[in-house]
Amino acid sequence: MDFGPYLFVASLEGAITAAVLALTAVGLSIVFGIMRVVNVAHGEFYMLGAVLAWWITSMIAGHPALGFWVAIVAAPLLVGALAVLCDRFILNKVNYDPERTIVATIGLLYVIQQTTLMTFGPEARPVQAPFNERIALPWFEYGESGFQMIWPWGLSTTTYKLFVIVAAIIVLLVLWWVMTRTRIGLIMRATQLDQEMAQAHGIAVNKVYALVFGLGAALAALGAVLVVPIQQAYYLMGSDPLLLSFIVVIIGGLGSVLGTVVAAVLIGMSDGIISVFFTPTLAKILATLLVAFVLVFKPNGLFGKSRE
Amino acid sequence: MSQLTESAAGFQKPLLSQGSRSILLHVGIVILLFLLYFALPVYHSGNLARILVLAVFAMGYNVLFGYTGLLSLGHALFFASGMYGFGLAIQFIDVVPIVAIIIGLLSAVVVSVVVGILALRTTGVAFMIVTLMFAQAGYLTVLLFGEYTRGDEGFNIHRSDRVLFGFDLSQATNRYFCALILFAICFFLTAWLVHSRFGKTLVAIRENEERARMLGYDIQRHKLIAVIISGALSGAAGVAYALLFGYAGASFAAVQYSILPLLYVLLGGAGTTIGPLIGTVFMFYLIDLSSDLASAYLSSEFASAYMLIAGIVLILLTLFAPQGFAGLLRSKCKWLP
Repeated sequence: MDFGPYLFVASLEGAITAAVLALTAVGLSIVFGIMRVVNVAHGEFYMLGAVLAWWITSMIAGHPALGFWVAIVAAPLLVGALAVLCDRFILNKVNYDPERTIVATIGLLYVIQQTTLMTFGPEARPVQAPFNERIALPWFEYGESGFQMIWPWGLSTTTYKLFVIVAAIIVLLVLWWVMTRTRIGLIMRATQLDQEMAQAHGIAVNKVYALVFGLGAALAALGAVLVVPIQQAYYLMGSDPLLLSFIVVIIGGLGSVLGTVVAAVLIGMSDGIISVFFTPTLAKILATLLVAFVLVFKPNGLFGKSRE
Repeated sequence: MSQLTESAAGFQKPLLSQGSRSILLHVGIVILLFLLYFALPVYHSGNLARILVLAVFAMGYNVLFGYTGLLSLGHALFFASGMYGFGLAIQFIDVVPIVAIIIGLLSAVVVSVVVGILALRTTGVAFMIVTLMFAQAGYLTVLLFGEYTRGDEGFNIHRSDRVLFGFDLSQATNRYFCALILFAICFFLTAWLVHSRFGKTLVAIRENEERARMLGYDIQRHKLIAVIISGALSGAAGVAYALLFGYAGASFAAVQYSILPLLYVLLGGAGTTIGPLIGTVFMFYLIDLSSDLASAYLSSEFASAYMLIAGIVLILLTLFAPQGFAGLLRSKCKWLP
């Protein structure tokens, strides 16, 4: 394969990373934006989504696609419900104090991760995709007879991979619609702007917080269910998405949802492309250092506005 | 606020009775630890040597978190700098142990200066994330140079490299007393530090940074020195761990080793000199006992899930006892350091 088509395949893989990352990171971002809580356990909600997807598909007999469609609805709901419980019984009890919530969510991270290790086991387990046809992709080249369309060997993708990208875009659009065009979105934004004023206007801030925390976790779980037919469900799979989501949320500007999506596309694409050309470890080192330096020198993120 | 006036009042009062009681307590603890070696069976004194080294790590963490009020999530980086500075020096440049120890300490100090200068430009949540990211980059760097560090597998430090002033530190007795000496030095050092003017200023910064700045203290310089002291103590613990137990591995640079000192300090009581020791002892035995029980009655997978206990303790602590054991004790007797 020539360099051009090779890069094209790499960026397709990057687009899938970006799509899943956008869902996960937006979950982290709304939790931080509205509740001002840094949820270190976010990656574990992601992992739980994948593990539940495996569990649900293995429970449901019949056509493999049926199990997957049940999982894509049920897993995020279950994870969201768990997150609501965590909010009620832990975060709410420490009054959302920033440092204590970080310590508590670190605790939560280990509880979820180690409980999964004890029940689900240390193996990585696959989930079958509901459909998975190969599509060969054309490539345009300027040859002797002008532009021509060729079909290079190996330049292909699958219908499922395209579905992941489309599904992520649809979910993000729905989320945007909910946040900007509905009453519940208005309430969320009001709470984000001024928690005390919202309370004074009769908004049940505690309920909003529980809902937002559940929604954030459910988005992470949804991302994981989408990706699990491509990767595999594994009890340590939460750490990379957590790190990447942090990177994305910080670079996109803490609490800015649009910035988060833009940064997710940027980071996801470049992560996909970088890891084709460099070793993944080096790519990760560069990414972590990038976050650290962005926070040090531009604390509001590259796209964020000053909070003053 | 109330704590500030309290400590300010303590500063003005004649410190004699308070001070002498505090000195008595510290010396007593060290003597107790000395005697414990002869009283305890071999298994427990071996554990205790490990606990003392980890307690030094926790004390280093406490200088920054307990006294200065800066919550770092990246102290594994300082611990690992000491550990690898020592380990790699002895493995690849073939120096005598004492020189390798100095190299280990120096690398921890250098790393903490760099991290301190950069990370202290941020505050609050951003500070936590920046330290976490630096530590993560450090961990990945250890993996990247797997050719030398042998990554997760780690490497053993040869017995002949673990002889200090003629004492073979792979012997249980020598190892215990070496750990105790290091512990005692750091213990008295932190006790002295927090009673000094500098320590009082750190507490003032923790309680009310704006007011401390108004009083004319150079906040950034004080914080940076606190990071360096904290990093140096953590690095010393890392050097000691490699020296005494003869092993360096990437897991010591991983995020658990940033979480553990936080856990020890929170459990024992942040901002107290004896808190780190109490917390380390409790947490070590809690994990040890629970994994023993689990491997005896349940499957081996349960035993490997020891971080579950750490997670549960962290959540319970934030919910019910944010002051830790020593904090609870101190609310009873005010003179505790």
